[in-house]
Amino acid sequence: MTGPLILGIESSCDETGIGIVRGHELLANEVASSVDQHVRFGGVVPEVASRAHLQALIPTLRRATAAADIDLSEVDGIAVTAGPGLAGALVVGLAAAKALAVALNKPLYGLNHLIGHVAVDLLDHGPLPQPCAALLVSGGHTSLLRVGDITADITEIGATIDDAAGEAYDKVARVLDLSYPGGPVIDKLAAEGNPKAIRFPRGLTAQKDQAKHRFNYSFSGLKTATARWVETERLAGREIPLADVAASFQEAVADVLTAKAVDACEYLGVDTLLLGGGVAANSRLRGLLEERTAAAGITLRRPRPALCTDNGAMIAVLGAEVVSAGRRPSSLEIGADSGMPISTVLA
Amino acid sequence: MSLILGIDTATDVRAGVARDGRPVASAAVENRRAHAEQLLPLVQQVVAEAGVRLSELTGVVVGVGPGPFTGLRVGVAAAEVLAEALGVPVRGVCSLDVIAREWADEGSAPVEFVVVADARRKEVYWARYSGDGQRVDGPFVTAADAVPVLPLAGPGATLTGRSCDGPDALDAAVMAAASERLTEEGLEPLYLRRPDAEVPTTRKSTITTARIGMMGPR
Ligand SMILES: [Zn+2]
Repeated sequence: MTGPLILGIESSCDETGIGIVRGHELLANEVASSVDQHVRFGGVVPEVASRAHLQALIPTLRRATAAADIDLSEVDGIAVTAGPGLAGALVVGLAAAKALAVALNKPLYGLNHLIGHVAVDLLDHGPLPQPCAALLVSGGHTSLLRVGDITADITEIGATIDDAAGEAYDKVARVLDLSYPGGPVIDKLAAEGNPKAIRFPRGLTAQKDQAKHRFNYSFSGLKTATARWVETERLAGREIPLADVAASFQEAVADVLTAKAVDACEYLGVDTLLLGGGVAANSRLRGLLEERTAAAGITLRRPRPALCTDNGAMIAVLGAEVVSAGRRPSSLEIGADSGMPISTVLA
Repeated sequence: MSLILGIDTATDVRAGVARDGRPVASAAVENRRAHAEQLLPLVQQVVAEAGVRLSELTGVVVGVGPGPFTGLRVGVAAAEVLAEALGVPVRGVCSLDVIAREWADEGSAPVEFVVVADARRKEVYWARYSGDGQRVDGPFVTAADAVPVLPLAGPGATLTGRSCDGPDALDAAVMAAASERLTEEGLEPLYLRRPDAEVPTTRKSTITTARIGMMGPR
């Protein structure tokens, strides 16, 4: 069985991604990242990212069509991230997608980036049971979703009320004088440390938070507590046990992420949890989630690491689903929606 | 036969078509904040008005500014991808040069003049031209009062507090018609300003204050 041939463009943050799929079959997934250009700033600088998107556009497009061994004229539709994300970065991909749609006379589908993180697993593991739950964790998002029909029925049941988990990693890495991005370096360091060395706070897990924030996350307190702890030790002239701090911080993040995700599955009565987003590559998060879902009888699905970080294939495959479901294409007049709500799959 | 599509988003949104060096159709959306929304519909409109199909184009020319960055990138991205998908060449030209060329070709340009565009933040982009439309200095980004006291043209001319003596907007069909006579600038927008971003220098006393507000979804 084949599906529609869709080219997907992603440019919501610091990766320029162009993916090509035929239904659930991955044909190409080319990504150009500007992460190296943001290192010295300790965070993604929107203008730097936007400039890099424009530079990467044509080379990435050429690599993708070559890898998929297709001619652009063969595609059935153009999918593109319409939001959420950095507005100035999104419009580069959006302009490119519209130009392709107009030049090739093919329909345009402006899609929700977050739902792309869910859809990408179709490429690895086929259709999702309906409904299921999804935990998306990255530098920019931390969300718990209920996923029904992926083209029409997604609801957010929880999200971070302050920092994204990946953002907390970046900030703690900075406090520890580690490099950006913080996720991989803290993960590596944590492997050598004792996760029980320091008891850092678990945000929004107190009994009093259950009513309003049962499925919400907060990493701001954890981030501050980690910084204060390190600062206190430094002022006292003590050596900072980097590995222990990293392991204890990471344990706090993974503990609260996984506990709430499993709780959400039970609350929703679903037996499948999907883990997506760049932080899905984190070893402790993955390990603890495997343990806890197994104990709760929940099937854990996770796309291969290369598909967890931002890429064009996730947008392409969501586009293929949308096309297969017979949804109407987007208008050529859609704009970038930096705050696109999760309830909007297609702009 | 040549059939060229011109695109410029350095100020608002403009598209035009020229056949064999003569303007055929030109259109604009005078909105400085809706480039991503308006450009491709405008391209479709102007191509239809010219009575041609996109697949007949033999080339694309795009204004690479200077101008506000986000809008500029919309035009350059669209022009590059249109050209790529249609299999035709694309040229980037300085948007100020187009206005100078237009004034010079009208035959009424003074011996020396300046073309000015809005750079926001109380600044302007400008370049100095000789009467034949050749750029002799610039482009620059400066305070409006640093613009030389010469006859002015361009969408930012009046920001100097003086009057606009020549064309006050770019005509994308003229740009398409003059494509081969305009200096090629490459396809990197003429940013003229470095990205706004500060490298964190000292460790903050608590990281709660170190929020830089730069993170977006990944
Ligand atoms: Zn993402």
